[in-house]
Amino acid sequence: MSNQDQHRIPVFDALSQHFKENAHQALGNQQLRHNMRSAMDSLMTKRLASMSDEYEREHLRELGNHIRARALSKLPDLLEKLEANLTKQGVQVHWAETTDQANQIILEIAQRRQAKHFIKGKSMVSEELNMNHYLQHHGIEALESDMGEYIIQLDHERPSHIIVPAIHKSAKQVGHLFENKLHTQYTDDVDTLIQTGRKILRQKFFEADIGISGVNFAVAETGSLFLVENEGNGRMSTTVPPVHIAITGIEKVVENLRDTVALVSLLTRSALGQAITTYVNLISSPRKADELDGPEEVHLVLLDNGRTQAFADAQLRQTLNCIRCGACMNHCPVYTRIGGQAYGTVYPGPIGKIISPHLMGLDKTEDLPIASTLCGACGEVCPVKIPIPELLRRLREEDVRPPEETPHTVKGQGARFSRKERLMWKVWKTLNTKPALYRNFSLLATRFRALTPNIMAWSQNHSKAKPAKHTLHELARKHLGEQ
Amino acid sequence: MSNLFYDAAPNATRVAPSLPEPRQYPTEKPTDIYLFGTCVIDIMFPNAGLDAIRVIEREGIKVHYPQDQGCCGQPAYSSGYTEEAKEVARAQIKLFEHDWPVVIPSGSCAGMMRHHYKELFKDEPETLEKVNALSERIYEFGEFLLYVSKIQLKDQGPHTKIALHTSCAARREMNTHLHVRELLAQLDNVERVNHDHESECCGFGGTFSVKMTDISGAMVLDKTKALKDSGASQVVTADCGCLMNINGSFEKQNEALRGQHLATFLWLRTGGTSDE
Repeated sequence: MSNQDQHRIPVFDALSQHFKENAHQALGNQQLRHNMRSAMDSLMTKRLASMSDEYEREHLRELGNHIRARALSKLPDLLEKLEANLTKQGVQVHWAETTDQANQIILEIAQRRQAKHFIKGKSMVSEELNMNHYLQHHGIEALESDMGEYIIQLDHERPSHIIVPAIHKSAKQVGHLFENKLHTQYTDDVDTLIQTGRKILRQKFFEADIGISGVNFAVAETGSLFLVENEGNGRMSTTVPPVHIAITGIEKVVENLRDTVALVSLLTRSALGQAITTYVNLISSPRKADELDGPEEVHLVLLDNGRTQAFADAQLRQTLNCIRCGACMNHCPVYTRIGGQAYGTVYPGPIGKIISPHLMGLDKTEDLPIASTLCGACGEVCPVKIPIPELLRRLREEDVRPPEETPHTVKGQGARFSRKERLMWKVWKTLNTKPALYRNFSLLATRFRALTPNIMAWSQNHSKAKPAKHTLHELARKHLGEQ
Repeated sequence: MSNLFYDAAPNATRVAPSLPEPRQYPTEKPTDIYLFGTCVIDIMFPNAGLDAIRVIEREGIKVHYPQDQGCCGQPAYSSGYTEEAKEVARAQIKLFEHDWPVVIPSGSCAGMMRHHYKELFKDEPETLEKVNALSERIYEFGEFLLYVSKIQLKDQGPHTKIALHTSCAARREMNTHLHVRELLAQLDNVERVNHDHESECCGFGGTFSVKMTDISGAMVLDKTKALKDSGASQVVTADCGCLMNINGSFEKQNEALRGQHLATFLWLRTGGTSDE
């Protein structure tokens, strides 16, 4: 094992069926644990410092929630309006129900332009498509230009965070990576490392045939693609290459420009504690006849990939409020300990646990809803007030519902259905609805406390749990008398 | 008192607390209350329940303990077995026919009965009306002492340093996490020390602790380490789920430090004696 390999965590399988194994491995990686803890602590502190006025913060969150809920309530109309306005301005709009369709649309554009080199700003939806791999298979290179994405692409990994994709790595690890892959002299000076990456990428922007970006908000009223970023790579990939393809989920649409004011403020402050990002791009058309720069063609690919499933259910629809700030991850005690890659999904952390079952089906994400203590930290910080713990609980319900039961709201329903477990809860119900039975049970549990079965999973972290000598029912009756 | 809420350790308040939920408290001290003991206290920590009764009785309030009570339904509810939770909840709702406060020495069970029962019965208008009325009468133990009973504690113990663990439900569902601080501040010889990442979950999460053993284990190890490092000689909490988790881990690690339920701590500090 090379020095560098020791510092790496392995690339996890893309399927979360291995969530527990992944988590187990990640927990054993002290370097990862340390990197994650200090990174999350720093992000939490920054968020709070930028939102220190609790009344402003709470009112803004309330507003954010209303804006998103309003947009979703009119989703089909707004999408049509968005398409009409973008088309009028010369942007070509494509609809993709599945990730395969989206990849095909992108490949067709590339083939028509005979494109061989893509340069990407950051786009989580392109991760959903596994686009890089798909393009590579068709002889096209897709190079990441976001510094974090570039780092993990070099290391053949996938993002571990939606805002800070290489957050699980320390400067030392990146130094070793660059030394091995780029053959530069080792340094762990962050500025030097960034300069190294920038120099390499700068040339790539000019060579690329197509630039790819994500979208933060698609504004229906004006037909604008709203894109925030800090590195300038988003601006470069959307303006330098002759073709720009933006990819977004259908839920990212908002009604008008005014709506973006509150949402951007919430997004940047929740994510990195910034009042605003260095760059804010508003893209409404390709280069016009009298303009000197900008792409000749602009495309927008609107992706469903299971989002309409969430949309169809009033409660689960709230999942789509998400503006992808990552605050829920930063505050999640589970995410902090295992890192984003352990989830084996594109979106990790709390939001990943509630969106992935729609994208992949519960049968491939069955452990995600139960991988939470429901501590509520995620819901507490969500800038648009998604009730993440409630949605996790709802998905647990879908997870244990008999597969054949109707309505079948979530794909892969009943992935954790077990007759034995169901029976156990039925017995529990009977005990707790028949008071005499309950009293007898608790009496027996305390009288025969020495015989309490050893729950192996509990004993791994705790001394054996042992009931008390007498129940409170008994102590209370003795103390208070018959009532 | 001025620094009571803001003197937490560097990592303790990074999760910004939500705005406190406005709650109207009765102006008159009640003559009678119901105690809902919770199943974990009933079977695992009955003395905590008994001490809660004794502290409230000493306030001149008559305590009623309905013998027909069982679990609040939370374990099934949070595991996704909503129908089972609903029937168990229905059995508990019937127990509190008088208009007295229902005091619950656990943030998470109080949260279940105060907030989640409404969700369970949202499609049954008649039951929902009852549940809504009951919800207004639900008080977490510390909250009840402070704002309904307006207790004045007189410390009778020697100087001690304690660390307080507040449950996630107390913090985020009930908004009662600061009440315990205020109660403890009434005790002259009790020094409350902060611990690292105080607002973070201890890793219990009911079935989470047995279904996600590894992650839960990592969380409770971090929590117990932070509590040890705080220099406290005792840990106080108002939730027995967390207590089971934290004490179980301390014991497994052969650590001497232990957690105690708030009710027992208050009872013993103010002249009460232990039965054990």
